[in-house]
Amino acid sequence: MGYTPEMKELIKVVEKTRPERIRKIKNGHSYPALSLEARTKVLEKFHPDYKPSGRKEILVGPNKGDKKTYPEEFVDLLHSRSRLSNIEDFEKIIEKPDYETDVLVIGAGGAGSSAALTAMNHGQKVILSTKLRQGDANTVMAEGGIQGATQEVDSPYYHYLDTIGGGHFTNDPKLVKALVTDAPLVIEWLESLGMMFDKESDGRLKVLKGGGVCRRRMHSSADMTGSEIMRVLRDEINNNPDKITPLEFSPAVELILDSAGKCMGAVLYNLETKEYYVVHAKAVILATGGFGRLHIQGFATTNHYGATADGIIMAYRAGAKHRFMYATQYHPTGAAFPEQNIGLLITEKTRTLGAEPINKHGEEFVFPLEPRDVEAASIIKECIENKNGIATPAGRLGIWLDSPMVDILRGPGTVEHALEAKHIQFMRYNIDISKEPMLIYPTLHYQNGGIEIDEWGATSIPGLYAAGEVSGGIHGENRLMGNSLLDINVFGRRSGKKASEYVSKGVKFGKPSLDHVKKYNAELKEAGLGDDSIAPMLLPDYSNPKVREKQLTALKFGTLQ
Amino acid sequence: MTTVKPSGDKPNLPPTSRLIEVFIMGKSYKVPETLTIQKAIEWAGFQFIRSCGCRGGICGACPTIYRTKDDYKLKVGLACQTVAEDGMYLVQLPFVPVQKAIYNIEEEKATLAAIEKHYPETFRCVQCNTCTKACPMDIEVMQYIAEIIKGDYKKAAELSHSCIMCGMCAARCPAELQQFNVAMFIRRMYGRYVLPKAEHLKNRVEDIEAGKYEPMLDELQQVSSGELVKRYKEREWEPEPYEVPDWKPKDTKYL
Ligand SMILES: Cc1cc2nc3c(=O)[nH]c(=O)nc-3n(C[C@H](O)[C@H](O)[C@H](O)COP(=O)(O)OP(=O)(O)OC[C@H]3O[C@@H](n4cnc5c(N)ncnc54)[C@H](O)[C@@H]3O)c2cc1C
Ligand code: SF4
Ligand code: SF4
Ligand code: FES
Repeated sequence: MGYTPEMKELIKVVEKTRPERIRKIKNGHSYPALSLEARTKVLEKFHPDYKPSGRKEILVGPNKGDKKTYPEEFVDLLHSRSRLSNIEDFEKIIEKPDYETDVLVIGAGGAGSSAALTAMNHGQKVILSTKLRQGDANTVMAEGGIQGATQEVDSPYYHYLDTIGGGHFTNDPKLVKALVTDAPLVIEWLESLGMMFDKESDGRLKVLKGGGVCRRRMHSSADMTGSEIMRVLRDEINNNPDKITPLEFSPAVELILDSAGKCMGAVLYNLETKEYYVVHAKAVILATGGFGRLHIQGFATTNHYGATADGIIMAYRAGAKHRFMYATQYHPTGAAFPEQNIGLLITEKTRTLGAEPINKHGEEFVFPLEPRDVEAASIIKECIENKNGIATPAGRLGIWLDSPMVDILRGPGTVEHALEAKHIQFMRYNIDISKEPMLIYPTLHYQNGGIEIDEWGATSIPGLYAAGEVSGGIHGENRLMGNSLLDINVFGRRSGKKASEYVSKGVKFGKPSLDHVKKYNAELKEAGLGDDSIAPMLLPDYSNPKVREKQLTALKFGTLQ
Repeated sequence: MTTVKPSGDKPNLPPTSRLIEVFIMGKSYKVPETLTIQKAIEWAGFQFIRSCGCRGGICGACPTIYRTKDDYKLKVGLACQTVAEDGMYLVQLPFVPVQKAIYNIEEEKATLAAIEKHYPETFRCVQCNTCTKACPMDIEVMQYIAEIIKGDYKKAAELSHSCIMCGMCAARCPAELQQFNVAMFIRRMYGRYVLPKAEHLKNRVEDIEAGKYEPMLDELQQVSSGELVKRYKEREWEPEPYEVPDWKPKDTKYL
């Protein structure tokens, strides 16, 4: 395998201009960044969010009446009815819990895991419900790194400015303040848990720059930063089996409120035995991650198999508003070749380390470290409007990402070491990314918005907290690289702490109830919606439609059999 | 030039795609060529609950054991990363029974005694190299086990760093080791006790806890939006170290 002969010819063009490009960079002349005005222009014309097609208004629930339109794949889920169609049966079983605990954490990615550990450290018993295995999450996939102003030439002040500017000044200021203040604390916490950060020999943390930031503050563990965070947190959780009980393959499908509207647990669905479990808890933390598997605008995605927006849907029915869900993050550099890797992430660190996006003629056309939305829009523009993309045998278009520059700028072996996982992944297809460039195109990456929270992760529903990608406001309309691995720990820990305090004060509950679900179903009915679809989705459906047609007696419920 | 409509995660297949025969758990299915094993199984009509996590080669949920046509070798690969071939026989292994040691990181040390206590089977390695051959991440598994036995935790931690804990090494090991678990233990010990602590981080944490940055951040929350944009535009840009080594900012008021 490897590149086709036609593509190999085009790579020669890239190789030809490389020495001159390297010389320019070494002299401090990289391709100029766009002004704020020019950014707006390219976004409006080429960013997928600005396309009027494929978007809808929300007709029911707390966000009904918003002026904004939202991705239709997401709105369709909001317009779907509950899985608990025989709700009277469920009303009977929610009185008798299968599990009782202090804190129920829903989702075992980074946010859920840090929340669970923090609640445990505050003396709470925790149940950790998760859809797949513990750690099958977007967190495990994060490559590039985690931000934090740890260096002397940097400070939370600059981290704040970068974050809020990257989000086009739409971010919630109090959430940004919490994010940048806690960042060094989170990095120290992870260090104390035995995480292997990239360090100098004297212990100084190595840092790199991410897109749109003025100081180097990206901390990493090779290009497996999320994987390292995830396996350390999971190991720590599993060191405490008497305090935290993970329930794998048991996603939450609906929240339980009490008669006064306080959150007091959830209904879980065992994907293997098809049983429903009832969990009663004194507080609930939602950490179900993002929505990449909804394939907004038909884009391929970098996200894990379970990223289907479940948390927002459940919380929405219980009355929690979401914000910034109109802004979707497309990562500028998803793999466009080989076809088997389609949509998979090529970490921003590749550009951080010096690789430039290069067009068919071997030319630079964009500053390599623009904020993500601007970088992605510029790449789409170069392919579509300027017609300078490279075509793949499958008929896709892409731009080169000149990874061999990394070894030239930073010394031989840097690619193999700092981009360890990517190097292995492409070698499987006989492409040595330290010698040949990669072909890339924007890919659906991150849910910028989510459930509205305060600086402690509290939602508008008493006893319900949210942390991580499921929440919205920290990043405004656009997240910067490395701020997400950070936010899942910052707000995971904050919500874990606040939920514990709430529980410790002593909470009294009325009768467990699903009235919010019934009310929502009624609202759907009134709007003429929800007849043909069910949410949360739980898992996307990639099975063969021709086969599906013939599974004539298989009971299909939503996307699941 | 034709551009294809984006198709989500669905394989983008040329209409001329040839069908190949794969044997999923021994049963024959016809699927288009060029698909990964994972997408081929879905094409055949399955919906995954087990054996599928990240779909990107990093979570370790999808190790698959297979034989290809006319080759006696038993191979191992990640279903999401390996292309299905005509005549392939395959089975997936969603879980490998192991027993993770339960320990308190505050009370441990990176010592042979600790390994003896938690993973005594480590010392039974007979150096057959089966684990290395089974590893889909091309890790020198036997080598990192040897380093652990020798007490070189730095080497063991670095050699095992790209482990995705798929369990294939442990599934194939004749001496019944739990390579990936003992490696996880060693990496945490190494990160906690062997790698030097970041001194500058400690100082920064102390400053934050003393509230040093509160007034600066409050200032940013109070300035007018025009002023905020101005400060954003005018922030001083740190160059890369290969451009300007030992750079210091001119404005140090907010550090
Ligand atoms: C390929 C990739 C690379 C990235 N690189 C970076 C990076 O370098 N730096 C950075 O800062 N950010 C990065 N990100 C973003 C970051 O990794 C994620 O935003 C972040 O990890 C999300 O963490 P989370 O805990 O909120 O969600 P996740 O880690 O996705 O965890 C959510 C968990 O909830 C579970 N779940 C879902 N629904 C339910 C349900 N109904 N019931 C129970 N459980 C449920 C899921 O299965 C999953 O285990 C990257 C993301 C991807 C996809
Ligand atoms: S070392 Fe073992 S568990 Fe880790 S990736 Fe290799 S085979 Fe899988
Ligand atoms: S398979 Fe087991 S016995 Fe063989 S080299 Fe690996 S660890 Fe040692
Ligand atoms: S599905 Fe995660 S490694 Fe294959």
